[in-house]
Amino acid sequence: MTPVHTIIAKELRSYFVSPVVYVIGAIFLAVVGLLSYQAVANASNQALRLMQLQNTYAQLNLNEMIFRPLFQSMNLILIIILPLLTMRLFAEERKLRTFELLLTSPIGVNEIVSGKFLSVAMVYAGLLSLTGLIPLTLSAYATFDWQPVFLGYLALLLQGMLMLSIGLFASALTENQIIAAFLSFGLILGLWLLGALSSAFGDTTLGQILSYLSFTEHYERLIRGLLNVKDLVYYISGMAFMWFAAHQAIDAYRWK
Amino acid sequence: MIDVQHVTKRYGQVTALDDISFSIPKGEIVAFLGPNGAGKTTTMRILTGFMPPTSGKVNIAGFDCLEEPWEVKKHIGYLPETPPLYLELTVREYLIFVGRIKRLEPEQLQERMRIIVKQTGLSDVQGRVIGHLSRGYRQRVGLAQALLHNPPVLILDEPTTGLDPNQIIEIRDLIKNLAGSHTIILSTHLLAEATAICQKVIIIHQGHIMAIDTPERLGARLRQSEILQLTVKHSDSDLLETLGKIPGVMHVSQGSSPNTYVLETHLGEDIREELTNLVVTRRAGLLELTSQSINLEDVFKILTKPDKPAG
Repeated sequence: MTPVHTIIAKELRSYFVSPVVYVIGAIFLAVVGLLSYQAVANASNQALRLMQLQNTYAQLNLNEMIFRPLFQSMNLILIIILPLLTMRLFAEERKLRTFELLLTSPIGVNEIVSGKFLSVAMVYAGLLSLTGLIPLTLSAYATFDWQPVFLGYLALLLQGMLMLSIGLFASALTENQIIAAFLSFGLILGLWLLGALSSAFGDTTLGQILSYLSFTEHYERLIRGLLNVKDLVYYISGMAFMWFAAHQAIDAYRWK
Repeated sequence: MIDVQHVTKRYGQVTALDDISFSIPKGEIVAFLGPNGAGKTTTMRILTGFMPPTSGKVNIAGFDCLEEPWEVKKHIGYLPETPPLYLELTVREYLIFVGRIKRLEPEQLQERMRIIVKQTGLSDVQGRVIGHLSRGYRQRVGLAQALLHNPPVLILDEPTTGLDPNQIIEIRDLIKNLAGSHTIILSTHLLAEATAICQKVIIIHQGHIMAIDTPERLGARLRQSEILQLTVKHSDSDLLETLGKIPGVMHVSQGSSPNTYVLETHLGEDIREELTNLVVTRRAGLLELTSQSINLEDVFKILTKPDKPAG
């Protein structure tokens, strides 16, 4: 067992003995379930109406009618719930002074940060995979293209992991979990609003930079079913940057 | 085993430690003594590699703290002021986690856990969640954590605060039993604790080392006179005067009640025999005669009095 494995195992244990994950998971799944029910009901209504109008069997594009709006709203839910998942990562260690144990053990800060990030990413991936029941159930009653759905899930995974890495960094800055949650919420929101801001600058260099920095553009492209290396690079470099920032925050805490 | 040279630590404008140097040979138990905020915890955090010093050198078990922090960390067991416990884990799970991050091999870990759990008296609570344990047990889990990888150097920050008297005695005995094979530094603001378990005391005040010595010698260094307290059954008016005439007595005064007298004598002069003879021949009825040597408490007060650094 490497140190990173040890940290992951401990973090997963801590997540699943606390009620937080269950509460967050239940809320997430309930909201996603409701939203998808609404999307499906909406689609079948339209299908009925089309059938009455044309008197033929209507073929709707379910990817466009159900999955894209669903993935769009799931993104919003993530902005709200993921900070609650990451807030404890370092803030709790600082509050309970267990950080002193970690930092005086023969284990590197990079291993601690990686272990924590991977553990929360695994919790999130687990939650996300439970929502896979929705397309699975739907596929029994309707036909749609699986490829954009897979890409949508890839987008959700990357998007969520980017938010988690931001939360990881925020948690390394304070010993107060509430502050950590609000801080990551603010940072994610800021990153989102950059996209809105970029449209004000149009096609200028600044506008392009802002638009690249915001996740909106990258996420939209992925859930539309377009796989672009540029977008993958965005997410991975974003996570790497936040990982590095969290590492720096911990070093600063020791050197203060 | 532990060698600290010219260590200074500043937090922004505040100087927490100012040019501290000391060294501790293998197998000794040393107490850091000082009021709150004196720099005890800061010193310990520097020794454990939790934070680096602003300047100066620290060497532990032959390894430099800044150059080979990895090796230093393997050789140190550290119990911070607040035991670093994950409240949601059971004692067993917690110790396994600690053993793994201390890089113990699985068989070695099993072996050490058996020994440590017995040594710290945790056998009965192994399966219980730490959050449900009492303060005393939590402290023991903290100590077990520091001892788990069998480090030659132990650094214990106020290991007995918040415990009841029985628990304090247990923890002290445990620490005493570790002496010899382990080099131990513990911090305390209890003077009785320093005298009870330590061979050497380092008094820290406002980031400076005020004194390093054995508890006995520290007491002797500051003692200029010996004080005797005498209680008799019948006192009469001229007893006070007569007592003052005993050779060697510097000063006599009335104690807290009319029947007690406080005698101050020159250092090293024992007048107890003359004193008892006198009281017996006068039929005053000797009830009590006690010798009050200056204890560490007074040394501590004198040394850490603001504006008057002695030593």
